Amino acid sequence: MSHFPPEYLASNSSQKPNYARVFLTFARNSLVRDMTFRSNFIIETITSLSWMFMNLGFYLLIFSYTDVIGVATGWTQYEFFVFFATVAIVNSLVQTFFMPNAQEFSELIRTGNLDFALLKPIDTQFLISLQKVNWSGLGNTGFAILLLLFSLWHLSRHEADFVLHPLQILLYPLYVFCGIIILYSLMIALSATSVWLGRNQSLYNFWFYITNFSRYPMEIYSGPVGDPRRWIGESLRTFFSYVIPVLLAVNVPARILAKPMAPDNLSLALYAVIGTILSFILSRMIFYRALRGYRSASS
Amino acid sequence: MPAIADKKHWSTVHVLQNTLVTWWTILRICLEERLVYRGDFALGTLMRFLPIVTQIFLWGTIFETISGKIAGYSYHDFIAYYLLTMVARAFSSMPGLASGIATEIRDGSIKKYLIQPIDMIGFLLLNRLAHKLIYYGVAIGPFALVFFLCRNYFPSMPPLETIIAFASSLVMGFLLGFFLEAAIGLIGFWLLEVSSLLFVYMLFSFFFSGHMFPLDILPYPWNYVFESLPLQYLAYFPAAVWLGKIEGESLVTALWIEAAWVSFFIIVCRIAFQRGVKRYSGYGG
Repeated sequence: MSHFPPEYLASNSSQKPNYARVFLTFARNSLVRDMTFRSNFIIETITSLSWMFMNLGFYLLIFSYTDVIGVATGWTQYEFFVFFATVAIVNSLVQTFFMPNAQEFSELIRTGNLDFALLKPIDTQFLISLQKVNWSGLGNTGFAILLLLFSLWHLSRHEADFVLHPLQILLYPLYVFCGIIILYSLMIALSATSVWLGRNQSLYNFWFYITNFSRYPMEIYSGPVGDPRRWIGESLRTFFSYVIPVLLAVNVPARILAKPMAPDNLSLALYAVIGTILSFILSRMIFYRALRGYRSASS
Repeated sequence: MPAIADKKHWSTVHVLQNTLVTWWTILRICLEERLVYRGDFALGTLMRFLPIVTQIFLWGTIFETISGKIAGYSYHDFIAYYLLTMVARAFSSMPGLASGIATEIRDGSIKKYLIQPIDMIGFLLLNRLAHKLIYYGVAIGPFALVFFLCRNYFPSMPPLETIIAFASSLVMGFLLGFFLEAAIGLIGFWLLEVSSLLFVYMLFSFFFSGHMFPLDILPYPWNYVFESLPLQYLAYFPAAVWLGKIEGESLVTALWIEAAWVSFFIIVCRIAFQRGVKRYSGYGG
């Protein structure tokens, strides 16, 4: 090793990688890959879109029986479609950027290929989380944005008291971003646990089951007085708002646009920022803790 | 020792016995393999009920503004329906079956079935059976707990005929699920990459099996689409039978149609496997 000029080694190790450029390379490579298997890409895009249409059809069916989801919740058809579009935007972005990587991560641990990631002179969590971009997920994002715009347009035309303040439009993408980070943190933390468990199919599914709670307006987690649904719902709502804040991931941005005047919005919005930061820090701690427990498999 | 005259008879018994021993061995190995991950299993089963919790709340909220029923379903019927489709899916869902077959065809590990004196589809069926047996063994706890907690959502016990029809629809659901997915996996002999095809199948299966909502609340013309597909037998049908939505003569007819679908996919699998093996070429060792 002494053949290496020492100054070369020194300069190389102190050089910080340019994260934006690394990410762009990842994104480009993934795009090249996706475009190589173009028919696969098109099928995936169309299938995810049909999945959205099916869900939309389901809600249209529900709204053919009732005008509003829940008494005095304010979620009439087009407000609810704002909510639904937000669910789709947050989830499709998570699917595009993080899902394939989190799936890969447990596999890297199981096969011992994580060694290669650990050797690279770059933040391991960054590398593991963003290596692959699943471009076909963006089809859903596009459709969801169209649906969002259409619903807002419809609301502004047909509801006299509906006005959009520029602040709402500014805050919406910010809280969508928070939502993505909350869901991502949970995902990476859960997949990191496969270091201890060896195989974590269930834990990874766990992510789907937990985030399933975030797909509906938080008002539904309640019930009539005296019914066990009431206290169970309230506990669920508190737990998934303050402990694992997945309920805030979609509800806060959707409320900012559709129901800006709801009384508890301010406290929820403030907590959503804190919750996002805490989730991210905690998931990073779990991730590095897991890496320390990692033992390579085979040679 | 049996008499010489009985030799022919004796050897038939012997062959049968051998086959049974082979099958029993395969089943036992698969059972042991499955038990390795039992912790994972029990946890996974309980989690599978989490979406039911959201359904209870979602439909509870929807029914706040609806007096009466949606297409013949009350609030309680909806919850009972979702719980019953969980039972049906426990029988009919075959995670990883089609993709497993396609992968083995692609990477050549299918050769192990071709050189050994076992039938691949039969082996996989036993493997699934073992998987399901273990699954029920472990899952009966969580299932019993959840059904006990949700007992108020269920109508009173249906008559014995309904229970028998329900049970047979579950068993046929298992067979239909298996042979349907196996047939899709065998497409791998002709197409190298079936993952996107599987994705499409899973999606439509989720919707048209009735996993998402009771299929008979769909308006015209969609109800005709689902009625003509075999997918409804994977989740909707058993649940609808238990809830008494399908009765009498139409129930008997539906069971016969299901049996016909099962036989159809068994035949499809046989033909696809034979044709596939003929055009298959394995390289390397």
